[in-house]
Amino acid sequence: MFADLPLLSLVIWVPIVGGLLVLLTGGGRSGLEAKVLALLVALLTFALSIPLYTGFDTATYQMQFVESRPWIESFAINYHVGVDGISMPLILLTTFITVVVVIAGWEVISYKPAQYMASFLIMEGLMIGVFAALDAMLFYVFWEAMLIPMFIVIGIWGGVNRVYATIKFFLYTFLGSVFMLIALLWLYFQTGSFAILDFHAASIPAVAQIWIFLAFLIAFAVKVPMWPVHTWLPDAHVQAPTGGSVILAAIMLKLGAYGFLRFSLPITPDASHSLDWLMIVLSLIAVAYIGFVALVQQDMKKLIAYSSISHMGFVTLGFFIAWVIAENNGSYVGAAMGIQGGMVQMISHGFVSGAMFLCVGVMYDRMHSREINDYGGVVHTMPRFAAMMVFFAMANAGLPGTAGFVGEFMVILSAFKANFWIAFVAATTLILGAAYTLWMVKRVIYGNVRNPKVAELKDMNGREFVVLGTLAVMVLWLGLWPAPLLEVMDATVQHLVEHIAVSKVPVGAM
Amino acid sequence: MTFEMPNFLPVLPEMFVLGMSCLILILDLFLSERSRVVTYLLAQSTLVGAFILSLSLFNGGLELTFSNTFILDPMASVLKLFVYGAVFMVFLYSHSYLRARNMFHGEFFVLGLFGVLGMMILISAHNFITIYLGLELLSLALYAMVALQRDNRVASEAAMKYFILGAMASAMLLYGMSMLYGVTGSLDLAEISRAVEGGQINNTLLVFGMVFLIVGIGFKLGAVPFHMWVPDVYHGAPTAVTLYLSTAPKLAAFAMLMRLLVDGLGGLEAQWHDILVLLSVLSLSIGNVIAIAQSNIKRMLAYSGISHAGFLLLGVLSGSQEGYAAGMFYAIVYVIMGLAGFGMVILMSRAGFEADRLEDYKGLNERSSWFALMMLFIMFSMAGVPPFIGFWAKLTVIQAVVSADLIGLAAVAVIFSVIGAFYYLRIIKLMYFDKAETTEKFRPGSDLGAVLSANALAILLLGAYPDGLMALCRQAMGL
Repeated sequence: MFADLPLLSLVIWVPIVGGLLVLLTGGGRSGLEAKVLALLVALLTFALSIPLYTGFDTATYQMQFVESRPWIESFAINYHVGVDGISMPLILLTTFITVVVVIAGWEVISYKPAQYMASFLIMEGLMIGVFAALDAMLFYVFWEAMLIPMFIVIGIWGGVNRVYATIKFFLYTFLGSVFMLIALLWLYFQTGSFAILDFHAASIPAVAQIWIFLAFLIAFAVKVPMWPVHTWLPDAHVQAPTGGSVILAAIMLKLGAYGFLRFSLPITPDASHSLDWLMIVLSLIAVAYIGFVALVQQDMKKLIAYSSISHMGFVTLGFFIAWVIAENNGSYVGAAMGIQGGMVQMISHGFVSGAMFLCVGVMYDRMHSREINDYGGVVHTMPRFAAMMVFFAMANAGLPGTAGFVGEFMVILSAFKANFWIAFVAATTLILGAAYTLWMVKRVIYGNVRNPKVAELKDMNGREFVVLGTLAVMVLWLGLWPAPLLEVMDATVQHLVEHIAVSKVPVGAM
Repeated sequence: MTFEMPNFLPVLPEMFVLGMSCLILILDLFLSERSRVVTYLLAQSTLVGAFILSLSLFNGGLELTFSNTFILDPMASVLKLFVYGAVFMVFLYSHSYLRARNMFHGEFFVLGLFGVLGMMILISAHNFITIYLGLELLSLALYAMVALQRDNRVASEAAMKYFILGAMASAMLLYGMSMLYGVTGSLDLAEISRAVEGGQINNTLLVFGMVFLIVGIGFKLGAVPFHMWVPDVYHGAPTAVTLYLSTAPKLAAFAMLMRLLVDGLGGLEAQWHDILVLLSVLSLSIGNVIAIAQSNIKRMLAYSGISHAGFLLLGVLSGSQEGYAAGMFYAIVYVIMGLAGFGMVILMSRAGFEADRLEDYKGLNERSSWFALMMLFIMFSMAGVPPFIGFWAKLTVIQAVVSADLIGLAAVAVIFSVIGAFYYLRIIKLMYFDKAETTEKFRPGSDLGAVLSANALAILLLGAYPDGLMALCRQAMGL
């Protein structure tokens, strides 16, 4: 039934065209038409993305649902898209989270709702484009274009300091990616093609690999973000509207990590090998140091933002630990688990952090404050909401049985295979994560009601319950039964590990 | 010496534009103020006619005529087509602007057409004399156009500055030409090129002459350090004239650069390469950094134009056919974006009100979300963010630079384009994130609005399908 449809293209372009439609209709006086149309488009996109999962062949690492046609013949740039086990789950995450975000913004956004919804839909299409692109230039176009709607979202619907935050966000990420552009052009001159798979196959001298790796690193590290280029993230998160924070945390951060898997590791495996110490150190700093930073935050959104950086440290740790494992054990067995753990962490963090930001949003809509000190005793007035928030906080802390546990556990396990001390530092997150999350929950949810405003709070309405409830189901499902996700990515990750184990330095060259 | 009848066919468009300009000049004398629109329509039909003529002559071949002083090659044809198109757009944008300011006289259009003729000659020049002829015809028309508002002190000052600096630059150019004539014994570009490559000539004198030529070119392009006139003139001139000044002549300047340095002094590439590196890095840095400090959008766009000139030079200095094609693509794209950028200033202006302060764009999203979106396209395109056409222009140039193994230069270029992104973002911030000073809706004339929308949407659509324009530029460079 779906075999002859260009499914991937539909999933990319339906939200973009739908977003433009929403923009053009203007949404009427109350913006209701815009919201309804946006919801329909988001649901349609989600529905279209499901066959990507059901029709996915888990036995192969080859790209699936491939479409390729010439785009810019002067420079051999093709419209070439396809998915493998790494990108497919991320596309599903994107289509799912966008539906959540559209619903979450339903009553909250009263200023120019059509532009708000349109921005998110267009952003959705562009992000899916990033995950699906198999041509480096197509990838780059989506990668950069995505900044435009996010810039607008933070700038228009953000908090007091939104202009500073959004310009910082834009320039930081823009600066990061232009170096990647130069690296991509250099690779084009080496291989005569912009196809990412040709880049994977190209043999590259060791010195050039280092430079390319560093150029990629700047682009992806800013996006992930890794310490020390993470400073844009707390600003952007705090100032962004709830929907913007959710998209940022749940999907945009994953783009950087995805870049490592799609570009850095397979294109420059030797450089990744020789610089893996750098990546591991940066990841561990993110895990441990940023965990401490999160502990002292007074602002809930900032706290979750720092916790995101810390969790993403796990992802990068899992990706780059393969060589240490190989050196200590003489084989790459266990390396795949690190990468898979990173992938699971990405997906689960998408759900958990998205849910955490939505929880803060629920409270912010009522109190217009994100300060932890303004709250206390929310459980007395919002018991149903409190239950949800405590659940997500547990997931954020990595409680077994929730999604947060699976990825962290896999990464720590593979870190133990590599080196005890790496695993030791990484495992501090189990304590730190629990400390900052639960301490926040204690101060916000429990205790006595100190603020008279808290005493007047109303519990979640049906819309909020649906949004958080679906996310809770996902978090629980992924925590209890992650097998379907692991199965999907297994062949691709195995192939990736085999690929990076082979040097790409041309024989006889330095 | 026998007189040979030259082949008139390649100069047909020039002759047509010349004839029509003279005709319009005379006809305009007999038109009453109310039927002035005839002048406008005739001017536009002249451009359309020239377009058709040039298009029919465009066959991919190369023809020399008038004792080898005039050349018609694919590059000349393509550039001329875009000159007509750009000036056509300028006239479209400006007629209501001129009307509202009591400047809707025949002079604007006649001078504009003479300027077009100057550009055409400059683009097709194959001899120092023809280059100088075209350049002066263009420049004189521009000086007069800047001074059209005689009673406006800022405009008169701008015209004076432009004239004096322009005359100096012309003098430099002429000095360089005479030096090269002295050492090579010829004014013909092909013979100069042969003489230079022959290696018999004193290199010091050649390089000396070349430097003076580069001064003239740099002035016309508005590249640092010959950029001093650009912000003042763009700012002081009536916006319709700025629109003219900042767009089509860049194409002619690009042609001049190509004719003099590549066609004529190709043998000195090693020497002019370094000078162009200097000019382009200075233009990128000074243009982008000083643009940040501007509070007037015309000045801001002027500095942005300087930085774009730096990018254009980057393409040319990479010294390959790909690089020249990239430079040409960049010039054409810049013209399309510049038209839209200054067109927006015209659109926002009313009688007695020039929308040239940055604050005038505050809260535009609330006053007209459509035109705010159009301006957003223009700004992101100028900043070089995909999917707009400005990105592909920057990409082709950087590609040429990387292929010439100048990776450090490519890094400098991209860093300055990130710095430059800031001031474009600021316009978007003003339009979208700030509150408007007035709540009055913004409803421009529908014709002007349609022209601007078409221009801005072209920026988006060309960004989605840049291949046609790229292929055209590559074809013009024989790729």
